[in-house]
Amino acid sequence: MNLDDALQTFIIEAGELLEDMESALLRIEQMPDDADTINAIFRAAHTIKGSAGLFGFDHVVAFTHVAESVLDKVRNGELPMTSELVAIFLAVGDQLASLIAGIAAGSEPDADTQRASDELVAKLRTYLGPSSQVSCRTPAAEPEVHLDKEGGDGVGSDNWHLSLRFGPDILRNGMDPLSFIRYLGTFGKIAEIVTIADALPALGEMDPETNYLGFEIAFQTSADKATIEGAFEFVRDDATIHILPPHSLISEYQRLIGELPQEELRLGEILVRCGTLTPGELDAALNRQADHPEGPARQLGEVLVDEKVVQPRVVEAALDKQKQVKEAKTAESGLIRVNADNLDEHINLIGELIIASAGANLIAQQTVNPALHEAVARLSRLVEEVRDSALKLRMVQIGATFKRFQRVVRDVSAELGKDIRLEISGGETDLDKTVVEKIGDPLTHLVRNSMDHGIEPAEVRLAQGKPAHGTLRLNAYHDSGSIVIEVVDDGGGLKRERILAKAIERGLIKPEQQLSDQEIYQLIFLPGFSTVEQVSNLSGRGVGMDVVRRNITALRGTVDIDSSEGVGTTMRIRLPLTLAIIDGFLVGVNASSFVVPLDMVVECVELSAQQTEDSHGRDHLNLRGEVLPFIRLKQLFDVPEIPQVDSEVAEDDAVTGYDVVRLSTSSSLLTAEGTAALANDPELTFLLNPVQRENVVVVQYAGRRAGLVVDKLMGEFQTVIRPLGEVFNGLDGISGFTILGNGNVALILDVPGLVRRVAGSEGRRNTLAAMQARSG
Amino acid sequence: MTTATAPGRLEIKGELNIFTAAELRLQLLEALATSTELEVDLAQISEIDSAGLQLMVAAKREAAARQLTLHFTGHSPAVFEALELCKLSSLLGDPLLIHTPS
Repeated sequence: MNLDDALQTFIIEAGELLEDMESALLRIEQMPDDADTINAIFRAAHTIKGSAGLFGFDHVVAFTHVAESVLDKVRNGELPMTSELVAIFLAVGDQLASLIAGIAAGSEPDADTQRASDELVAKLRTYLGPSSQVSCRTPAAEPEVHLDKEGGDGVGSDNWHLSLRFGPDILRNGMDPLSFIRYLGTFGKIAEIVTIADALPALGEMDPETNYLGFEIAFQTSADKATIEGAFEFVRDDATIHILPPHSLISEYQRLIGELPQEELRLGEILVRCGTLTPGELDAALNRQADHPEGPARQLGEVLVDEKVVQPRVVEAALDKQKQVKEAKTAESGLIRVNADNLDEHINLIGELIIASAGANLIAQQTVNPALHEAVARLSRLVEEVRDSALKLRMVQIGATFKRFQRVVRDVSAELGKDIRLEISGGETDLDKTVVEKIGDPLTHLVRNSMDHGIEPAEVRLAQGKPAHGTLRLNAYHDSGSIVIEVVDDGGGLKRERILAKAIERGLIKPEQQLSDQEIYQLIFLPGFSTVEQVSNLSGRGVGMDVVRRNITALRGTVDIDSSEGVGTTMRIRLPLTLAIIDGFLVGVNASSFVVPLDMVVECVELSAQQTEDSHGRDHLNLRGEVLPFIRLKQLFDVPEIPQVDSEVAEDDAVTGYDVVRLSTSSSLLTAEGTAALANDPELTFLLNPVQRENVVVVQYAGRRAGLVVDKLMGEFQTVIRPLGEVFNGLDGISGFTILGNGNVALILDVPGLVRRVAGSEGRRNTLAAMQARSG
Repeated sequence: MTTATAPGRLEIKGELNIFTAAELRLQLLEALATSTELEVDLAQISEIDSAGLQLMVAAKREAAARQLTLHFTGHSPAVFEALELCKLSSLLGDPLLIHTPS
């Protein structure tokens, strides 16, 4: 790993740590005295300081150091974690993020940034009090950790005693125990060292890549315990490290001896050899051990705390850290970071592969070679699997995005003076990374909007018998090939009449227009619509609801609203799972081909002439007792009829390869005898020469169904979505195009748009029919 | 990496660390199986780590268990520094040449 890589890692990790710190800060507001959470915040600051120090970013170290000192006081219970302090630390987190962003950009902090740092440092200083004026510039001058100790009974030696047992995998993990010992030499003197090689097996049996060594070290230093512990920061989960301060209680050494039973007696001798214990002290320790035969089952940490030698928090933090690092490691060991560009390129290539494979499939079908058919079928199946797994690579959970809203909700509710809680569910729902990145802004606006306009002030809420604190809920789930993200509030709901009045006033609709609730709610997404007379701070942030909708539409998504006055509003964003490749269902209308996203296809039924007649030109059919509105693609897209010349049809069929074999009486396949037989047998005629019948593809979107009338059903087809050019932007009913195996172009139907259109026209027609019925 | 310069003599060159330990272990085992007295020349070692150190200790013990003699000789500065760091020289028991920084 070169320095640039390491720096990248530092920047990424710092970002993650800051996120952790922020979520911990937000958690701490709910439960102020939670030691784990305070430790998490401290750790984040500490680790950032440490890593920044490694890279020599002194401005980050100096800044973080002050924050860390305050956190240390909080951790030690000397300072309460008040909400002001939380606010300051949130600002500290932001400032760190901007410092690190500066590092990532390779620029020195400018005057503004420096001033912001200084201001925060000044604020933090007030918490440190005059007694502990910690200099911002010299982070090394940390006050020594004071250990509460029982009097007497301490050993005579001035040396720290370090007992190091490195784990078997440490060498394989790329670390050399010797380097840690060398590092100790940089801030102290190794007075004595004994290498423990007892665990080393015979040469014939040993694994040369496994570490068998341990060390007992007597160490002279003026550094504090944290510094010594810091030396082993990177091996905490890979080694057993015991650090005993100078003049520790004999009982501790006794515990240490008990801790490492395999070496019991020898260890005593070793301690004497290290000069840590005098022979007399060793005797005392061994005698005591005999006095207290309670067994060495307790952990050293526990014992140390019992003996009040180590501050409990130090041990807790160490254990916690150890656990966390371990957990992170197991999670991380299964992960690798990949450049997003590489991934995109990979997915593009798979798109090409799908098209190429469709082409191969087509050519294979024109031959009569069963082996080739089989090979191609296997290939297609594999390509499909590759596609699925490649798309999965891009999938991320939405939870991380949701969590960021804790902060948004906190800040906004403070700004508005409302007490609003955020609930999150469905965070494990997967969706495409590109979508996640692009959905953040619209989602933020919807959340702000709900908090600003949706949730009422506490007085109003109480008057209505609701709890004083508002609740905002973010929820996500999968639904027929889409992901649904809901922003739910328990506020006042949309005021139908007010929206209507406003829309009429603004000339967005005509007063006589009949609109459904849904249609009225959609009005708030129109440009230039705002019912709030007073534009608040929040609404002035640039994104309007029309931009929200535009952003979501650009992702081939939709947004709809459920609202009930006085109870609350649900904004529902529906987005396609992926942006690149879908399973399509290929249909033919005359000579044109269209692709319907397969996820949205419910079933295919035949549309008989009888049904067409029954619908009385209203384009509805009776689907097992339910009314199904349908749309004729032929009319919708004005698809030209192709001249029905048999030879041409046959040729066309051969090219597309999807059509069923067409038989016709005029075909030379039939003998004169056969023709005569056909004329006499209507059933046979029907079977061999079906009337040109139409098919209905029943599609479903957002709970609504509609039928698409097509000529031919041509089966499943893997579709690489290509966007339409600028010229065709905003084309109704079409969301993109794709290239078929034979090189022809097929248009991809915008099912959400079509369903909306059908349902809308159906609604109007119903109203119209009802009005006519009344008047007539 | 190693050269069996003469029967009973082995010269380790370059690295004696995690990357070479596996191979060196086999060579040491082989050398211990074929000779009664083995001299391992460490003069050409440029780098040594804990894996190397524990291999030396294990080899020494193996030789003792088989009642053979194993000497490490000509400790290079790298080896010397590592042995000093861990105070292992007494455990290995071979005379060391004190290197003075030139």
